[in-house]
Amino acid sequence: MRHPITRRSVLAAAAALVAGRAVAQAKKYGPGASDTEIKLGQTMPYSGPASAYGTIGKLHTAYFKRVNDSGGINGRKINLISLDDGYSPPKAVEQVRKLVEQDEVLALFQTLGTPSNSAIHKYINAKKVPHLFLATGATKWADPKNFPWTLGFNLSYQAEGQIYAKYLLKNKPAAKIAILYQNDDYGKDVLKGVKDGLGTAGAKLIVAEASYEVTDATVDSQILTLQGSGADTFINITTPKFGAQAVRKAWDTGWKPLHIINNVSASVGSVLVPAGLDKSVGLLTLQYYKDPNDPQWKDDPSMLEWRAFMGRYYRDGDPKDAANLYAYLTVQTMVHVLKACGNDLTRENLMKQATNIRNLKLPLLLPGMSLNTTPDDYFLVKQGQLARFTGVQWQGFGDVLSTGG
Amino acid sequence: MNTPSRRVAGLALLLMLACVLPFVVSNYRVFQCTLVLVYAIALLGLNMLTGYNGQISLGHGAFYAIGAYVAAILMDRFGVPYWLTLPVAGAVCAVAGFLFGLPALRFEGLYLSLATFALGVALPQILKYKGIEHWTGGAQGIVIVKPEPPAGVPLTQDQWLYFVALATAVLMFALGWNLLRGRIGRAMVAIRDQPIAAQAMGVDTSMIKAMTFGVSAMYTGVAGALGAIAIQFVAPDSFTIFLSISLVVGIVVGGLASISGALYGAIFIQFIPNVADEISKAAPWAIYGVFLIGFMYVMPTGVAGFIRIAVARWRRRRS
Amino acid sequence: MSFDLLIHQVFSGLATGGIYASVALALVMIYQATHLVNFAQGELAMFSTYIAWSLLQTGLPYWAAFFLTVAIAFVLGVVIERVIVRPVENAPILSVVIVFIGLLVIINSLAGWIFSYTIKPFPSPFPAQPLFGNRYVSSHELGSIGITLVVLALLFVFFRFTPLGLAMRAAAQNPVSSRLVGIRVGWMLALGWGLAGAIGAIAGIMVAPTVFLEPNMMSGILLYAFAAALLGGIDSPGGAVLGGFIVGVLENVVGSLLGTELKLTVALVLIVGVLVVRPSGLFGRRIVTRV
Repeated sequence: MRHPITRRSVLAAAAALVAGRAVAQAKKYGPGASDTEIKLGQTMPYSGPASAYGTIGKLHTAYFKRVNDSGGINGRKINLISLDDGYSPPKAVEQVRKLVEQDEVLALFQTLGTPSNSAIHKYINAKKVPHLFLATGATKWADPKNFPWTLGFNLSYQAEGQIYAKYLLKNKPAAKIAILYQNDDYGKDVLKGVKDGLGTAGAKLIVAEASYEVTDATVDSQILTLQGSGADTFINITTPKFGAQAVRKAWDTGWKPLHIINNVSASVGSVLVPAGLDKSVGLLTLQYYKDPNDPQWKDDPSMLEWRAFMGRYYRDGDPKDAANLYAYLTVQTMVHVLKACGNDLTRENLMKQATNIRNLKLPLLLPGMSLNTTPDDYFLVKQGQLARFTGVQWQGFGDVLSTGG
Repeated sequence: MNTPSRRVAGLALLLMLACVLPFVVSNYRVFQCTLVLVYAIALLGLNMLTGYNGQISLGHGAFYAIGAYVAAILMDRFGVPYWLTLPVAGAVCAVAGFLFGLPALRFEGLYLSLATFALGVALPQILKYKGIEHWTGGAQGIVIVKPEPPAGVPLTQDQWLYFVALATAVLMFALGWNLLRGRIGRAMVAIRDQPIAAQAMGVDTSMIKAMTFGVSAMYTGVAGALGAIAIQFVAPDSFTIFLSISLVVGIVVGGLASISGALYGAIFIQFIPNVADEISKAAPWAIYGVFLIGFMYVMPTGVAGFIRIAVARWRRRRS
Repeated sequence: MSFDLLIHQVFSGLATGGIYASVALALVMIYQATHLVNFAQGELAMFSTYIAWSLLQTGLPYWAAFFLTVAIAFVLGVVIERVIVRPVENAPILSVVIVFIGLLVIINSLAGWIFSYTIKPFPSPFPAQPLFGNRYVSSHELGSIGITLVVLALLFVFFRFTPLGLAMRAAAQNPVSSRLVGIRVGWMLALGWGLAGAIGAIAGIMVAPTVFLEPNMMSGILLYAFAAALLGGIDSPGGAVLGGFIVGVLENVVGSLLGTELKLTVALVLIVGVLVVRPSGLFGRRIVTRV
């Protein structure tokens, strides 16, 4: 008796097979699924340097509670096992192994952070567990050939960077570009996108680059350096705290460049209000979902519904935090895919449904946008729209852009 | 009296239990136990430096990281077999530790802790540096292939790795025990307690202190290499200052200047965060902090110290 | 790099240095009173700032909230010393350090849980216009430096010229003899903690407008403040403040000249390098032990 779990799962599989044949309707279950329950797993940074994003997992838990209160999905309750990995890859590996080998979840959902996901990438594909809707925008999560079980969610960081580059090449071909980026995989990914988008010809437009660590107190020094380079265009690749500092400092020093800020730091409530709305006029960004602090969506039915949810099921959550709206989008997508599985709750079918999402128009996405996947194209979010900040709200302009695959 | 034969019997029993363990628990638990062994080796290294020799290091995670990266780079870029990376990682870290220990001789207590703290904080940034990116993989890190058991051995990967870790741990602990109870070990402790007297007695304090740094780094480096192989992934985010702080927590909770303390400490830093997470999702680290403070109230000399006192009291009551 | 940019970086460095200086002062304060470096000092300062923020939210005017927070922080420091630190008073140093680490994570976790992680703007009592319309330093940055220097001066006077200050220094340096002279050593320690808490609160309130209030606000600052305190000499408050300014300017100039990819590393290497040459810091006293 060397591996009790192996024997147990063999017995369980045998029992399921017998039961399955006996029932007239085709009910097929993989690990973690049964007549009454679907088990999902995730790791979140509930502690450590990225604990600000822990709210995403908490919102998921609250949303599933609402789903369960109304009877679940196809009569089954969703059990989300959300574990803390402290944004540490070794811990993520340990927790994911627990989820897969001990808790035997059906799938992973929205595991957060590029380092943590990189650590479990090979393992999860070797184990053939659906690794769905990762909470990171690294481009490598859309690789059906080599990693068929991993499907990301976020708009790819590199795609975002490329869009900014292409915008500049088209609208300001003589720009002198300065770039501030967070010195980690996220910041470097967007930076790569920008550089790829500019190409070899456009590379000479970059006159200054500066990085910062999340342990830095301020980025004031970096802003001064970038300003001192004589740049008239500023690409701001930061996370909210530093984004706000950069917006404010760029204004206070009198620099006032054409200021492009990346999507992660574009939240009105979390970034622009602290920085100063008057100092944020003219900012450009790429968006794909509605900003909860944007007055133009004040009476939007989907926004009202989200607020009602926050008030009733997730009181502790901050309605000014765009992360809570993002989390809502992701969990709606998961519920959609689970519903589509019907009574075939095997890992294979779950993956099949996840890679065949057609034209899912979630109302919190910007108008005109939808989610799409095919077995060859794992980029779930492929659209974005440029927006300009008016001092009060983000005003989308131009077409809904496709970021390609 | 704790006769040698009784102690040997106890250790043999422990070893036997350790060998049986991977066959009675799931692969996942075996993996966790492998990590406990890895941390135990690292903590023994740090304990030599801080517990026995009195040099406080708040940055030992840096040596763990160096060992891990040496293993990863050798395996991934040069195809070196995993078992060979362990002594290489140890050697590299021994040199690195010794070189760090030399200027550190100038520092006393608090200043040394700052210097080591600075090392621990700076290392992730160094690992991300563009200039060495094609070796280290930069912020993306390096993925390592898990070693297979040799042909014909009927063990799973996790079990095999556990036994590799166990063998390494037994070897390192045996070597360490030998070192610490010998002349050098006594010199280390003498330097900790009475540095001037030790020097007056002819102990070459500078050499011993720098050497202790080197040996301590070597242990932690070997642990880092093993850890990297177990996790199958290295990235700068795996080796933040929290790792260094966890190691310090480990040796204090386990028991300073104690070999068994390394094992107790390893169990603590591996499992208590999970326990804290189970207790509270809202503020898991608050629970962890409560555990830390609680342990220090009840056992200020660590688990090993507590056991020592308890055993002594029990013996006194018996006689 | 142009001269104008260099001047700019130096001034910006002085501003950031002011932040490090104020936290370093709290660290030195607690060291002077207890001969221990309290790693939880940054988190206590952050938590005090949240208390100030909450008071401001209730509509209290700025300076009322300021002084009330400082008083609360003082009391909090005393309470923490008496309740949490006292049980391990006689434990080995490292055990006490572990208690500090435990305190650090508890406070950080609680702050995140109670106040959430969204960054909050914090008001400054100083005017928005820079002094004399200069481009280099904002009024807030100058004001904060001013306040740090005032606190430093008050501390200097307290330790040098008041009996209570003398008693505190004695209690830290030689608790046994101090008891013999009638000094209540336990309460001296508590007083030290209270003062450090108060100074930390002031530091936090001055820092928050620049870096924005959030639970991890102090994590990065603590390292540099620690370095600054040691650079100046751990037993010298004036040294700590000067150390803070030096570290701030150093960090900015290094980042500006050598690029930001290794800024942290180079700055730390330089600081440690200085300590190799002067192992007790720039203004610290070399302890010579008689055998």
